Amino acid sequence: MAHHVLHMPITEDQVRALRAGDTVTLEEILFGIRDATQIHMFDHGRRTKFDLRGHAVIHTAPNLRKVERSGTNHSGYEAVCVGTTTSDRMERFTRPLMEREGVRIIIGKGGLREGSLQAFQDLGGAYLAVVGGAAALETTWIEAVEDVDLDDLNPESLYKFRIRGFGPLLVAMDAHGGSLYATVNAEATKRRQAVLEKLGAA
Amino acid sequence: MTLMTKPGVLPQGARDAMPPLRVEPEAIEEAAKLLYIRACKILPDDIKEGFARLDAAETDTTARTILATMIENIGVAERMDNLLCQDTGIPIFNVSIGRNVQVDGWALKEAIGKGTARATREHPLRSSVVHPITRRNEHTSCGERVPVINIDFTDADRELRIEMIPKGSGSENGSFLQMLIPADGVAAVKRFVVDRVIQAGGKVCPPTIVGVGVGGTSDLCMHLAKIAATRPLGTRCADAEGAKLEAELSEAVNSLGIGPQGLGGDSTAFAVHVETAATHITMNPVAVNIQCHSARRASATFTPAGIAIGF
Repeated sequence: MAHHVLHMPITEDQVRALRAGDTVTLEEILFGIRDATQIHMFDHGRRTKFDLRGHAVIHTAPNLRKVERSGTNHSGYEAVCVGTTTSDRMERFTRPLMEREGVRIIIGKGGLREGSLQAFQDLGGAYLAVVGGAAALETTWIEAVEDVDLDDLNPESLYKFRIRGFGPLLVAMDAHGGSLYATVNAEATKRRQAVLEKLGAA
Repeated sequence: MTLMTKPGVLPQGARDAMPPLRVEPEAIEEAAKLLYIRACKILPDDIKEGFARLDAAETDTTARTILATMIENIGVAERMDNLLCQDTGIPIFNVSIGRNVQVDGWALKEAIGKGTARATREHPLRSSVVHPITRRNEHTSCGERVPVINIDFTDADRELRIEMIPKGSGSENGSFLQMLIPADGVAAVKRFVVDRVIQAGGKVCPPTIVGVGVGGTSDLCMHLAKIAATRPLGTRCADAEGAKLEAELSEAVNSLGIGPQGLGGDSTAFAVHVETAATHITMNPVAVNIQCHSARRASATFTPAGIAIGF
């Protein structure tokens, strides 16, 4: 199991080098997206000013404090608490995020489904698991909320975070059909019968 | 005998010798604000002990790393005075009103809403609450019928208790109800719980508290599941059959190998909690409501001695 330090953005070759079970630390830039962001981008046809090609997005909606805009802070926000939300709700946006926007990495919790796994194989992408609910710790990996787009959707805007040492994250779905979630689910389904028999409920 | 209450006809017991506990709306508003923020930052001791128990017993390497990260996060949140999780949840307030308490019920509900909105603006907290159809966010964590306020009455003399629960959405989306029938028996109840835990997988942020409601009506059954999911660890179902079910199902779900975050391991749930209610001869309802590992609670207890803040 290798550890990778990725300075974002990355190439297709770099993402295809990741294998399920590897760990990753991200550096430089990370974009934050969520349900409403993607509903507006892909169902309502809205476009972002950001170039997401080769980048990583995280399923989030942060707690923010309003601050004065400055030379390096174009967003007018500073991070109070940035964490990760359940990815499964955003399953159908994986392929369009990769096809239309060129996203290479999705970070989330709880995993994505078969459709996303296929998109990662077809287009070159990976899903990295962060520990959900560990947001106080995750916030210490965020240096700044550099910029924001689609901010009428606040707190579900599209955020550009400057990050430092974001991780370690676990490669949970890779570009070669590997998914730790599918493995765990298959194992749980296999054990189900014995568990029910012990309960007298088979 | 008359059904009319007349002044001067109430029995003069010992209770009446004490002046009633008066709780002012201003104090409730302050408490609601304080509790929302506190609940988001400090995990109750029973949950911390639950983490220590799981960590000591976990055999999977990845699972141990994940549990260690969760435990580290609890410390970081306390040291940096920050939120444990970015999800500020749907605010729920459980109000227990004891005997010989004087409170304006309407003002109490208003005060809880005001305190919630102030916590959201003044801390600030992310408002996670939107209109269900327009999806408009008022940035107050409030809206129609939210905060959720549950009011109950207890036998405690001159005591009013407010419990605050920021219920996270990842685990709340792991809510399931089935109106089973009597012929399905308790076996179907058990199967339902096991299958829903498999279905929820990592989406509900395990290790979880799996709340199970058995009996009642459809709405009561789901409410029981919520009570069960938010009950402190170490407490048991008051009903003996329910308590037996808790022990059996706790072992069962932790034999599935789902593990922390659904990435494999022994620590799928801190516990399965069951709450029961009588039901109809034709009915056998079961509900599951899940609490994520950020099992946050805070409480304020008003007595003549003052206000005690706890979990």
